[in-house]
Amino acid sequence: MIAIVDYGVGNLFSLKSSFAAIGQDAAVTGDAAVIRCADRVLLPGVGAFGDAAEKLRRSGLDQAVLDAAAAGKPVMGICLGMQLLFDRGFEYGEHAGLGLIPGEVRSISEVIPATLKIPHIGWNSLHFPGEKSGLFRYIREGDCVYFVHSFHGVTSPDYVIATAEYGAALTAAVQRGNVCGCQFHPEKSGPVGLNILRAFCQM
Amino acid sequence: MITKRIIPCLDVKDGRVVKGVNFQGLSDVSSPVALGKYYSDNGADELVFYDITASSDGRKLFTDILCEVARTIFIPLTVGGGINSLDDFDRVLKCGADKVSVNSGAIKNPRLIYEAAKRYGDQCVVLSADVKRVDGVFRVFAKGGRENTGMEAIAWIKKGVSLGAGEIVLNSIDTDGVKAGFDLEMLDAVCSAVSVPVIASGGAGGIEDFVTLFQRLPKVDAGLAASIFHFGEVAISDLKAVLKANGIPVREVTNIA
Repeated sequence: MIAIVDYGVGNLFSLKSSFAAIGQDAAVTGDAAVIRCADRVLLPGVGAFGDAAEKLRRSGLDQAVLDAAAAGKPVMGICLGMQLLFDRGFEYGEHAGLGLIPGEVRSISEVIPATLKIPHIGWNSLHFPGEKSGLFRYIREGDCVYFVHSFHGVTSPDYVIATAEYGAALTAAVQRGNVCGCQFHPEKSGPVGLNILRAFCQM
Repeated sequence: MITKRIIPCLDVKDGRVVKGVNFQGLSDVSSPVALGKYYSDNGADELVFYDITASSDGRKLFTDILCEVARTIFIPLTVGGGINSLDDFDRVLKCGADKVSVNSGAIKNPRLIYEAAKRYGDQCVVLSADVKRVDGVFRVFAKGGRENTGMEAIAWIKKGVSLGAGEIVLNSIDTDGVKAGFDLEMLDAVCSAVSVPVIASGGAGGIEDFVTLFQRLPKVDAGLAASIFHFGEVAISDLKAVLKANGIPVREVTNIA
């Protein structure tokens, strides 16, 4: 079973539906006990980093996610959920993240030309800078996925498994062992996105 | 590279997709779920559903249909029509909508844009504007294009963006239903005035109109149309192939998960 962590941010309907579409059992839950029983943990999120990090901590579910990661279970963060995996974020001040991926979450305005629109919204193609991650076993370099974000993860190239070109190579996906994250929305990225979720279920 | 989006628009009344010509003379086309799934499978980058139902019974039916669409389709969904309050935002977002489009509701109460953007984020709030030339001035029309608000369109759209609208759908009443091409002059004026994504709507008659749109106005992010897709006059896969051949970046249509 996949636990989709419900800590009060964002709409989890599409995520749950997309796992159903690939025949996987997923539960939307705010119960740490359920998360501890899960085989895999999915950390979603929309909104601002500080607010979400605070909600995750206040719910006590941060520890359940950390325990799952420490136990070697596959953990995936999506969009803001991916950003929360980092050490800290700089959206409206400085806020601590979960520290599962070394690095910081910073505004894309620091790296892209001022002429480009922010947020980075729309379908953009994925590039794999290193060896292709198992997460992408069912998709090809250049396949498009759907992004909506103004911040991205800044980390060592060791952990960047996909980038998207938007005036700079933005961090599109990260992985460190059993912990991974997608800046884009696989649940809104058509067949390509479903194929990434399918691969996550086989991690 | 970020791609140009192709967005079919589905007007839904009493649970069925309809398409008006110049907003009048509606004719029943198809099932929202079936048509949405068809588009999603065939390369649509996003879907827009407008609820043009007036009754509360119809609104409930629309919400049920929206949930069904979101269970079936895994591309971004924008919902508009009858959005007058934060409760309306909540109602459609809970059903799986990603963005909510405001029009007459925001004209009546511009603070709705600000409140919604604060609660759900700018990316969630789309300002849809129906605009028509009146004595050479772009004017905003309300109530499905029937009522001249007297507001100058560029000023209104700029105000909407400053209140937090993260995207603009510009529908030219002058070109809507005429199928002679998008309103490039009006779109250019809006693109020059705001820095958020602009979606062109109204006037697409064929593939060439999209090529012209993106070549002449590279700042336009997406093209929206209804009847040419619904009646099978243009297949999105064909449209994308031609756009790609003309050097316009598009998401290639992939089949099957």
